Amino acid sequence: MASGSEITPSEYIAHHLSNLTMKVGEGDFWTINLDSLIMSVIVGVIGLGVFWLAAQRATSGVPGRFQSFVEIMLEFIDNTVKDVFPGDRSFLAPLALTIFVLVFMMNLVDLIPIDFVATLMGALGVHKWKAVPSSDLNVTFAMSFTVFAFIIYFSFKAKGVGGFLHELFTAPFGAHPVLWIPNLAINIIELVAKPVSLGMRLFGNMYAGELIFMLLGLLGMLGGAYTAGSIVLSWGWAVFHILIIILQAFIFMVLSTVYIAMAHEHH
Amino acid sequence: MAQFFAVVQGYMALGIGLIIGLGALGACVGIGIMGSKFLESAARQPELIPQLQKFMFLLAGLIDAAFLIGVGIAMFFGFANPLLSAIK
Repeated sequence: MASGSEITPSEYIAHHLSNLTMKVGEGDFWTINLDSLIMSVIVGVIGLGVFWLAAQRATSGVPGRFQSFVEIMLEFIDNTVKDVFPGDRSFLAPLALTIFVLVFMMNLVDLIPIDFVATLMGALGVHKWKAVPSSDLNVTFAMSFTVFAFIIYFSFKAKGVGGFLHELFTAPFGAHPVLWIPNLAINIIELVAKPVSLGMRLFGNMYAGELIFMLLGLLGMLGGAYTAGSIVLSWGWAVFHILIIILQAFIFMVLSTVYIAMAHEHH
Repeated sequence: MAQFFAVVQGYMALGIGLIIGLGALGACVGIGIMGSKFLESAARQPELIPQLQKFMFLLAGLIDAAFLIGVGIAMFFGFANPLLSAIK
């Protein structure tokens, strides 16, 4: 990294993997990861701003390239949501689009080489900056627990409070009072597994991706053939990572849509 | 003191290797089975290939999920080991 100073491998990785934190209260729970917060706001504004701009400039005549691109995206998301949820998708499809664009933009930051970000932030005087918001467990869990809140809200709305509680206690085994506890256990596990797996899947993919970039960079520190090999492998991993980024955004969106659609179903 | 560190780190290295190795085993076998079924059904009904492809990518992401979560956790233990900081 810096010429002249010896940095051990674990220091390099620890430096690149630590968040810029800010305490707003007592203890570890009340620390905010400022870098994830600021980066997610920036990528959110850019990503959603593109679509807002397209809406401002939309014409009903022959569309230009920008409007066609946005229309293709919208149709793709609309068809995906329509496959999963045949009912009224005036809320679900925009939610799916927002999730897809946000997650994709957050993941896209991972393609910027880590040392570029580190030297840029170092020049601005900030010494710890983890640039990818979706490699922060707080951000991914925030999104997946928001989806969880929607699941609960739509469960109540589609089945009624009494209906939903009845279903919690009597599905899937049956209505006999002996079966209430097993039913409740299974339903709670199923309900909790959804947001946890959603958040951790995105976090694991992005965190492991960043870490492999860093490890390949460390391999380049050994000099000579190792540096050449590390450049080639970093390029190869970056190309593979482009697929992973799009795939993970798509999976997050489709699973959120499927979970919310399932919340509308009656057993 | 140094011996505590050595013991924890030694077992940690083994643990990380097992997590990543066994996870990779499961993920690869899963993708192999899914891929073979996809190829079979693509050969039977080639007109369905675009739809099946969409589901195949979705399933690939789901199958890799537990493996990558394991890699994330294993790497976290490799570099910011909470077990070691408990000793300090």
